Amino acid sequence: MTGLDARLRRGPAVPAPPSQLAERAAASGVLDVMFATVDSPIGPLLVVATERGLARVGFPQESRDDVLGAIATRISPRVVEAPARLDGIRRELDEYFSGARHRFDVALDWSAVGQFGRQVLDACAAIPYGATDTYAGLARAIGAPRAARAVGNALGANPIPIVVPCHRVLRTGGGLGGYGGGLPIKEHLLRLEGALAL
Amino acid sequence: MVLPPFALVLDDHQDVLWRYVVAMAGPHDGADLYQETLVAALRTYPALHDATNLRSWLLTIAHAKVVDAARAGSRRPVPVAEPEAAATHLPEPADDELWGAVARLPDKQRAAVVARYVGDLAYADVARVVGCTEAAARQNVRAGLARLREEL
Repeated sequence: MTGLDARLRRGPAVPAPPSQLAERAAASGVLDVMFATVDSPIGPLLVVATERGLARVGFPQESRDDVLGAIATRISPRVVEAPARLDGIRRELDEYFSGARHRFDVALDWSAVGQFGRQVLDACAAIPYGATDTYAGLARAIGAPRAARAVGNALGANPIPIVVPCHRVLRTGGGLGGYGGGLPIKEHLLRLEGALAL
Repeated sequence: MVLPPFALVLDDHQDVLWRYVVAMAGPHDGADLYQETLVAALRTYPALHDATNLRSWLLTIAHAKVVDAARAGSRRPVPVAEPEAAATHLPEPADDELWGAVARLPDKQRAAVVARYVGDLAYADVARVVGCTEAAARQNVRAGLARLREEL
């Protein structure tokens, strides 16, 4: 009797086919949020996108479930793993980390960013590859010279790090300042770009 | 209603969903029903009011797909692995004898037995999945098991 129970509970031993959910969902217009993991020299990055574009890059030490959970609450719970549909950003990140790419071209979804944050991140995105600026410098650039601290907070809340290069913003006087991904990653990116002496 | 990301629901339940549709419809038709269930579930997911029993919710959708397919006549329950799919890379014996016998159960008994054991559901959820009362679910599981024991 228990033998029959156990055999039934095990279920048919047929391997599951690969899910076609991402393709089918996209075809029927119900793929609201897609994500994939991209390997990189600083560890696996979580990339999350909507139809509008890249909405979030998660650092290796961020919990995948937490990042996706926040997105599910804010955008839509229709969150599906869809690596093939994120090949574009994967390729650009690969090229960036190999030093071949100095500027990202993928579309971005800014919907999580408020007006002030957007101003700050736009100014930050204008810092060229290989260069750096300071919190105070960015504050001046957006016409709010006394808002260096708020600028720092806005950079800290950057949902699309690496692609929107908040790592290029340092403390006045040359200190590295902070970084959501941790200072070793900030240093790695700045060395990669030649902005820090080896 | 705060719902977890759909991908995390699948992390937890897609294996059970797959085994459920294979036990109900066989690996060939089950493969289509599995993909169809995933999309149908994703489509209605944001409207869900209760995220406490997502496995029985998924299996309820799967069950409706299985019933529709059987009704359409295009699919018959043949849950025995096809020869080319069998054995070679399977980690354990496919137990075709058992699943052949399950396939020959009357519809209601098969649905209840599979929901109960493969779906690992409480009787209340078995009833929800197959669309009957809890008492009928118990009765169908009992009758189905008795029949399987006779056959095996």
